[in-house]
Amino acid sequence: MLSYILRRLLQFIPTMLGAVTVVFFLISLAPGDPARIMLGERAQKEQIEELREELGLDKPLVQRYGIYLLNVVQLDLGKSIFSQRPVVEEMLELFPATIELSLVAITIATIVGIFLGSLAAVKRNSPFDYISMSGALVGVSMPVFWLGLICIMLFSVILDILPTGGRINARYFFLPITNFYVIDSIILFFQEKDWSYLTSSLLHLVLPASVLATVPLAVIARTTRSSMLEVLKQDYVRTVRSLGVPRFRIIRVYALKNAMLTILTVISIQFGLLLSSAILTETIFAWPGIGRWIYTGIAARDYPVVQGGVILIVGIFLIINLVVDVVYALVDPRIRITKKAE
Amino acid sequence: MKKIIIVLLLVCTVFVFAQKRGGVLVFARGGDSVGLDPGRETDGESFYATVQVFDRLVDFQPGTSIIQPALAESWSASADGLEYTFRLRRGVEFHDRTRFNADAVVFTFERMFKESNPYYQHGPWNYFNSTIGDYLVSVEALDEYTVKFTLNDRLAPFVSILAMDFASIVSPTAVRKFGSEFFRNPVGTGPFVFVSWQKDSQIVFVRNSRYWREPAYVNRLILRVIPDATARLLALQKGEVDIIDFPSPEDIASIRRNNELELIQQEGFNIGYLAMNIEKEPFDNVLVRKAINHAINKDDLIKGVYGNSGIPAKNPMPPSLWSYNEDTPEYEYDPQRSRALLREAGYPNGFSSDIWAIPVVRPYMPNGRRAAEILQAQLREVNINVEIKTYDWGTYLDRVFEGEHGMAMLGWTGDYADPDNFLYTLLSEKAAEKPALNIAFWRNRAFNELILDAQKTSDRGERTALYEEAQEIFFEDAPWVPLAHSIVYAATRENVRGFRLYPTGERIFRDVWLD
Repeated sequence: MLSYILRRLLQFIPTMLGAVTVVFFLISLAPGDPARIMLGERAQKEQIEELREELGLDKPLVQRYGIYLLNVVQLDLGKSIFSQRPVVEEMLELFPATIELSLVAITIATIVGIFLGSLAAVKRNSPFDYISMSGALVGVSMPVFWLGLICIMLFSVILDILPTGGRINARYFFLPITNFYVIDSIILFFQEKDWSYLTSSLLHLVLPASVLATVPLAVIARTTRSSMLEVLKQDYVRTVRSLGVPRFRIIRVYALKNAMLTILTVISIQFGLLLSSAILTETIFAWPGIGRWIYTGIAARDYPVVQGGVILIVGIFLIINLVVDVVYALVDPRIRITKKAE
Repeated sequence: MKKIIIVLLLVCTVFVFAQKRGGVLVFARGGDSVGLDPGRETDGESFYATVQVFDRLVDFQPGTSIIQPALAESWSASADGLEYTFRLRRGVEFHDRTRFNADAVVFTFERMFKESNPYYQHGPWNYFNSTIGDYLVSVEALDEYTVKFTLNDRLAPFVSILAMDFASIVSPTAVRKFGSEFFRNPVGTGPFVFVSWQKDSQIVFVRNSRYWREPAYVNRLILRVIPDATARLLALQKGEVDIIDFPSPEDIASIRRNNELELIQQEGFNIGYLAMNIEKEPFDNVLVRKAINHAINKDDLIKGVYGNSGIPAKNPMPPSLWSYNEDTPEYEYDPQRSRALLREAGYPNGFSSDIWAIPVVRPYMPNGRRAAEILQAQLREVNINVEIKTYDWGTYLDRVFEGEHGMAMLGWTGDYADPDNFLYTLLSEKAAEKPALNIAFWRNRAFNELILDAQKTSDRGERTALYEEAQEIFFEDAPWVPLAHSIVYAATRENVRGFRLYPTGERIFRDVWLD
């Protein structure tokens, strides 16, 4: 198993290199010049040339690419053109927010999705099946922007039970330590014996995580339903049923476990997507995460930020893939055995 | 009896004053600051934060573009206009308890232009370079509280330029201590002391109780980032924040109706215009330029492009800037008169040209493409057929600066509160040299002499008269169609008192209190 993981880790290198290369050239060849964007209509050509020189943009593309690769190998992703701060540092500040939000969202999506999906499969063609599956269809196609604003309007302004956005009450005097606000507010609780930070940071998670969960929830529910139906049709399920095993046990132990492979794959892909593409949710809920950071980086042609962001996203996907493959082996003995035979 | 009343009054005053003090003020805005070093930053969101922490030698009278003393108590210029001497305020301290004096002023400026200053390398000092960089020869401390600036040429708006954010006085001790990290640890003399900054989330300040002016009322100030305008408004409605920046134009009406909220507006410090390239036919003919001015219906344009957030323009500078000429006439929308002028100019059947549309959203132009379409339709009414052209922003500017266009849209946001920054920067003969910012390539002798004369006098009354006359010549010769000035909005909860917008775009919170 260990050698398998090591081998997979080595395979990361060419994938990463490919991604870095493609993004480097794509963004460098796109029209728009960071120096021009920074200085706008008040700058003349010479000032722009000066700034380009300072930013190192006057060097030939291939040379810039070489320099960049060399730095990346040394884990130096450069400095943001606009803020002048190291890219890695900005990433470390913003990424915890994204992880926190995505973890809660994928947990909601997984629990509710699997529950709804299996129930729909068992009660196939019942009103519950129809309602929950059309609900899922709506969920997949729901514009997040609209849904988010409606939710804020309803739960925050009209019902007045949840905050509109941000990670914690702005009026609290709160200095983050790990940038995982839930963890930070637990630490604060032990220091100051004050629950309010924790309650506030948890309440701030409810709306954005639920809105972010809609699409993956719908996808997971639909996948669970179809793969459960597939499994329930198998001969062994009929056999088990004829042996008089209780229905709940059949679903939980025999059917769901076998359907799990497909569901796991979908969950992992959805999780990867959440981590990298929560731009809209982050924007509406003023959630300072990685998605909007990359987005504004693209708009401003902040090359180091965009490249750093892509490396991060590719890395996330690779790691998630690896983890899922390992989990496969744990869930499915057949894979474990083939791996051993290899 | 009298005594009792006096005592009662005194108690009331104390009570009212006590009421004003305290609380946490949360201001929500659309984007985060890039950095907090006032000399280095170039974006408005950064200056929102630095203006809380730092003071300049001079700043603006509340809500106006008129200069007032700040860290400098008074100043004088030499007769040749090459030397400016500032008397500094005594007894002012930086937040790190070091003394504000002439050395601090010298240090602040030298780090932006003396390569021998070890902190020069933390630039680029863009605003310094583009304003006084070419003029400033030296900054000297004559004694502990007197500073002399020496220039190599006359620069009439020099004192106005020192009211810009880049000229904020920084604590030399703090710059030495933090080095390249100063932009994250700003230390000045301002009304608020910097506490913390969480990227894309919020910047926190506390009240500077030793401020040399009346200290701020609120204990804590928070600049919160809420990128979406509608979400910002919802947060205000719920009371999570006290003031919001730039509500969406569609929400203006509903804010006006809501009696828990207060709408505040200010004409933007900018102008959006359509420049006609005088180096090209037929725009070299003043009758054609007047005809085009008469053909444009600005009210329709503003309705279609700016919505609630624009007003029609007639002069080449914003109305909130001193010396704006209220009396210059306007070209009425009159297609018939326009066609008559074209006949007189020798174009009875109109002509064809192009109109260049700004590809990006600017403060003075929310939607260049849409504006171009409206102008195109209006010009067609008088038989002028124009093709709409647009490029990416960089290419667009490079090409219009070289004069490739027939008519092109552009605009300007004031850097500092001086008419020179509009009239000289955009319309002088010097600015018509390619690559030109005077993209009408308008070279008018009389106009040019007036604005050069105005540069040589420091008396504001005299300068006002010169600039007013220059605006009349601009009207007569019509090198542009001045299109619009934007309107900037903010909204507050009704218990927020004393907040106002400044023409120069600053957000000042030291006079704000919570009722």
